Amino acid sequence: MLKNTFTNIFLIVTILCAASTAMAAPPPLSAADMMVLNRVSWGNSETASRTMQAMGREKWLKWQLHPTAADTLPPQAQAQIDALAISHSTLVQLANGIAERDKAVKQIQDPAEKQVAAQAYQQAMTDLARQTAARHILRALYSPAQLREQMTWFWFNHFNVHQYKSDIRPMLADYEETAIRAHALGHFRDLLAATMRHPAMLRYLDNTENAVGHINENYAREIMELHTMGVGSGYTQADVQELARILTGQSVTRRTDTPRLKPELQSQYEHTGLFEFNPARHDYGDKTLLGHVIKGAGRSEIDAALDILTHEPATARHVSHQMASFFLGEPPPDSLVQQMAATFQRTDGDIAATLDVLFHTPAFTSSARFKDPVHYVISALRLAYDDRVILNTAPAQNWLNRMAEGLYNKETPDGYPIDAAAWNGPGQMAVRFEVARQIGSGGAGLFRPDKPNAADQPGFPQLQNALYFDRLRQTLAAPTRAALADATSPQDWNTLFLCSPDFMY
Amino acid sequence: MQRRDLISTFAAAGALTFAGRVWAAPKADARLLVVFLRGAYDAANVVIPVSSDFYYESRPALAVARPNDSTPNAALALDSSWGLHPALRASLYPLWQAKQLAFIPFAGTDDVTRSHFETQDTIEMGQALQGARNARSGFMARLADVLTAAKPIAFTEQLPLIFRGNAVIPNAGIASASKPGVDDRQAKLITSMYRGHALGAAVEQGFQVRDDVFRSISEQAAAGHRGAVSPKGFELSARRIGRLMRDQFNLGFVDVGGWDTHVNQGGATGYLADRIGELGRALAGFSEEIGPAAWADTVVVVISEFGRTFRENGDKGTDHGHGSIYWAMGGGLKGGRIAGDQVDITQATLFQNRDLPVLTDYRALFGGLLTRMYGLNPVQLDQVFPGVTPKDLGLI
Repeated sequence: MLKNTFTNIFLIVTILCAASTAMAAPPPLSAADMMVLNRVSWGNSETASRTMQAMGREKWLKWQLHPTAADTLPPQAQAQIDALAISHSTLVQLANGIAERDKAVKQIQDPAEKQVAAQAYQQAMTDLARQTAARHILRALYSPAQLREQMTWFWFNHFNVHQYKSDIRPMLADYEETAIRAHALGHFRDLLAATMRHPAMLRYLDNTENAVGHINENYAREIMELHTMGVGSGYTQADVQELARILTGQSVTRRTDTPRLKPELQSQYEHTGLFEFNPARHDYGDKTLLGHVIKGAGRSEIDAALDILTHEPATARHVSHQMASFFLGEPPPDSLVQQMAATFQRTDGDIAATLDVLFHTPAFTSSARFKDPVHYVISALRLAYDDRVILNTAPAQNWLNRMAEGLYNKETPDGYPIDAAAWNGPGQMAVRFEVARQIGSGGAGLFRPDKPNAADQPGFPQLQNALYFDRLRQTLAAPTRAALADATSPQDWNTLFLCSPDFMY
Repeated sequence: MQRRDLISTFAAAGALTFAGRVWAAPKADARLLVVFLRGAYDAANVVIPVSSDFYYESRPALAVARPNDSTPNAALALDSSWGLHPALRASLYPLWQAKQLAFIPFAGTDDVTRSHFETQDTIEMGQALQGARNARSGFMARLADVLTAAKPIAFTEQLPLIFRGNAVIPNAGIASASKPGVDDRQAKLITSMYRGHALGAAVEQGFQVRDDVFRSISEQAAAGHRGAVSPKGFELSARRIGRLMRDQFNLGFVDVGGWDTHVNQGGATGYLADRIGELGRALAGFSEEIGPAAWADTVVVVISEFGRTFRENGDKGTDHGHGSIYWAMGGGLKGGRIAGDQVDITQATLFQNRDLPVLTDYRALFGGLLTRMYGLNPVQLDQVFPGVTPKDLGLI
């Protein structure tokens, strides 16, 4: 508490200092500044560029790497989030509510009535997922702590779960908030540990089925292949099986009683929220993971496995490689990965420190990153509406689904691809232009509040704004300028600008 | 009935003797569709080794019963060793009986990572595991390069690795298709902005294919399905693909997910049976929609990244394995048989005491098939699959 307040005061002083120097003579943002801003944030906007200009690039970067609780959303955006059911219910409450509905559906005898109730039950779950997506989009658009929101998206994708499996939809909000976002710029071990005991992950990768005597190795394999070391980095099928044994007994439960256990196992039982460690389902034999012997001991084996996995050099390399690919938009040079991995290892997996290395490498301002659909849509809305808060995220959610990168909608645990070639095929460009037309033409429902019979207000996207005239216009390619000169209306101009190659990076 | 007559005619007309071996004459209008079952479908429970006692011992909860006319849940007899999942009775079993469908068991790769993503990439790249691989070059893209009259397309929302390479190959998601909102004038202006840009070809093709696909789907919808229940899901997509490959494209790729059955996959009925049933209806719908003339020149190959553990796991499912079973279909196919090397399935013949072994390498298999379909010479084949000796299974 005290420490937090102290940091806040420190930050306010820092900003005031920055503001006072800004009043003196803030140097205009350079092309490299603009590139850093565009990449570290969810996309350039007038407000964000003014903030960076006032602070200077280095201070701005430091702030983005170490945001505090004081970096809150604008009140209109926060009020929308506060109004969501996911904001005032716990994971257990949401899951119980959904389970009760399921039980009620099963008791209905009449087939027609049952079908209607079953659909309503599914819809209730989907509503919770869409609320989570709404929160995500509002934060991406308006949070001053832009990097934290970007890394929240990145890590969710890294530790992907799919909304439509089983009862994951009611778990998404808590998973994103407590397992992912809380550690997005913290230490990798905390992030990995939080995902390892979150019900959404245990459900998604079938660890709920993993028990002594009938091992399910699905989750163990993905931890090694995707979450930590990376495929082909030296672990074996035997390591996967050993990790699966270590993970036995970790499951999801809504039970209210304590299972009958042998007296010597009773103290090992843990039930927190929906998480359960059931010693009766755990394999208490000794394990050998990556050459390290782990004595059978129950849940503490997980801590040993976390230490081993996070200290593996392969993990430092794999995680660095993924972060660098995400920000550069192309495979990173080996030297950069090594440099980042060295920092990762030296700082015990400090994500912010590792990103700091990336942000200061020459490749960071020389590569061209093609926007994937999420970056495309969010950056278009940031540029078009700046800090004018949209009233409904549903159109944005639908655009992302249409562009095949819907939030929480990647079925497989590898998450969405982060290379440009996965997103710039002919069919995808054609769909992207359709979305550009909808964004460019007006509100598209973004300013129709999400309630029955609400009236739509025109959006008036302001793409020809001060940022455009001061900074962007000069950089446009000649064919883009020529096409924009042929626009027949402001809506048409917006559409063409959002379709231009200049806006794709 | 008609189909059967067609095959024999085509088979006779299409074959010629060359240096003592029978080769198919290169067909200018040959069509190829590759269907990728992403997630590793449980091959052994779809094309079932019914003569293997070990199969029945290994899968007490999942096994599909040996062929038996008196029960609808039994496997359908293929030959003395193999049976077909009963969910395919109405859709694909007739094609088997018409000898337009063959299965290639023990097929797959030498990639033993058992990683979905890694092995899918391996197959799509079609390059040797040893040595440097070009992760931006897929084998169907290289095939499109060497064919003179290829009209390739990926029926996917994202351009898959298998079709990435030198030339830009169009892709179009076809599950949903609505009338384009960007009009012709805007399309022209947008295309002009990309002239000379790295994405120029993608943009131009994007508009072209958008219009072609929308026209084809509109016509198909207008023609209707003669009062039958409208197909949904992958069956609808496959019918649309059939129409598009009849009229406009001859080298296609499509993928279907949802095969990663670790838990409760079911046996003769249940989750996997439903998925396989949908796939069967989709492929039968494709063959119907493409029409008899084009079907005679078409080959459909169904592949998956690997097979699953031969023994069921503790959750009435199966885990990541190795060898799979590929399918080949077409009006001109020499089907109705199990093709390629085989081995009796016992504990001793399992790969790593766990999975079906791989006896037919995917690149050798495709190499042999493409040689027959297109009359590729060794230099051309080497461009598609560098360093591969084709394995000719005489599928056409």
